[in-house]
Amino acid sequence: MLTKRIIPCLDVKDGRVVKGVHFVNLRDAGDPVELSRAYNEQGADELVFLDISASPRGHETTLEIVSKTAAEVFIPLTVGGGIRSTEDMKKVLKAGADKVGVNTAAVKDPELIRLGAEKFGTQCIVCAIDAKAVFEERSDRFMVDTPRGRCWYEVYIYGGRTGTGVDAVEWGRRVEELGAGEILLTSMDADGTKDGFDLAMTDVFSRETNIPIIASGGAGDKDDFYNVFNQTGCDAALAASVFHYKEYTVGDIKDFLGKKGVAVRI
Amino acid sequence: MKPTVAIIDFGAGNLMSISKALEHLGTNVVVTKDEAVIQTADAAVLPGVGAFFDAMQEIEHLKDIIRGLGDKPLLGVCLGLQLLFSESEEGGRNPGLDILGGRITRFQGDVKVPHMGWNTVENTGGSQLLSGIEDKSYFYFVHSYYAIPEDDSIVAGRTEYGVRFPSIVEKDNIYATQFHPEKSGNVGLKLLENYVEIVKETM
Repeated sequence: MLTKRIIPCLDVKDGRVVKGVHFVNLRDAGDPVELSRAYNEQGADELVFLDISASPRGHETTLEIVSKTAAEVFIPLTVGGGIRSTEDMKKVLKAGADKVGVNTAAVKDPELIRLGAEKFGTQCIVCAIDAKAVFEERSDRFMVDTPRGRCWYEVYIYGGRTGTGVDAVEWGRRVEELGAGEILLTSMDADGTKDGFDLAMTDVFSRETNIPIIASGGAGDKDDFYNVFNQTGCDAALAASVFHYKEYTVGDIKDFLGKKGVAVRI
Repeated sequence: MKPTVAIIDFGAGNLMSISKALEHLGTNVVVTKDEAVIQTADAAVLPGVGAFFDAMQEIEHLKDIIRGLGDKPLLGVCLGLQLLFSESEEGGRNPGLDILGGRITRFQGDVKVPHMGWNTVENTGGSQLLSGIEDKSYFYFVHSYYAIPEDDSIVAGRTEYGVRFPSIVEKDNIYATQFHPEKSGNVGLKLLENYVEIVKETM
């Protein structure tokens, strides 16, 4: 039976793992290679590196870290952040990544997904979508009834700083058609709150698309992981702070899920 | 003496993980599409990233070499398993290496495609690659197509995803996995270690 995946996410800036809320107030959270090794030992199913370096030198450093990690941690590794072309994808894959995450550049030029999928295979392309609920009735948007009210979801770019007006559910269907192999779905509303994943949003994406959905944003407690797997059709859950600051190990979460009957690899 | 393993390079994707994993297990690894290098190596690996048709184009000139490895163990991984069969439905109908009889078809029905993530492999009897590995261990899969062999006796492991498809095939010098052992943590390394042992025995 295919298991649900637990994926620690490492935001990497100039060679260090950092963590903040909505990419501000960044705190140092450790050495990426060391953390990767620890998460692998804890039973992480995959790792995601998100490069938030602002300089070319910072990006180079990230590639070095990817290589070091790939040489000793034998689980799938996704690298995203600042990917603008198939050339960028190639660099990341050559460094040892298995999948590439695209976000802002794909919203601006959706062809990037199609080109990447053609060149490297759909399994290689993870489309990250940052979305936020907008509580207004619009006939030209995919409307969703949620416990907080009726809303549609808007795509945000530039690390969640800029709204685009694009309907996130429509965008999700579109990226599937273009050849994305997976969607990494971050709720801007839930991110950093530790109040749990955005269940309504995750659920609608897993029903409206037919590719794996990774839920992201809001993990604070073991129950949050259980709820997102039990109440939505998502395939994986991603978290950062709960793991970096050792509130729980990946193993703690998986043991908990396993006891509650969720299929996990232990 | 350290065995030399030739990883056949068809110009797509990440060959770093499989290289590093095999080096980690004490082999010399060469990534190549040079006929002479493949012929002089002790074993060859057909790795697993990219599209069927493009990969076949890239290895067309190596067809006879790959078919003529004799008793040198050939490991196919993911797409590398699929390429061994007669033909694939991926991107129309395209011929494969035809070392194994059968075709490659896409997952249908009520499952998400690609099949992505960790799934169990059931040892259907006598798998050499699974030697010493607990039955129904988890391995990492990423694929949209699977093999339907003409001869079921080559199937050494099966996995359930809407259908019970062959996730390991073994025949003569051919060993192939639909999953990525190089991405399957310690269990995957153990499977690759078994392969390296098989290589050593044939040297």
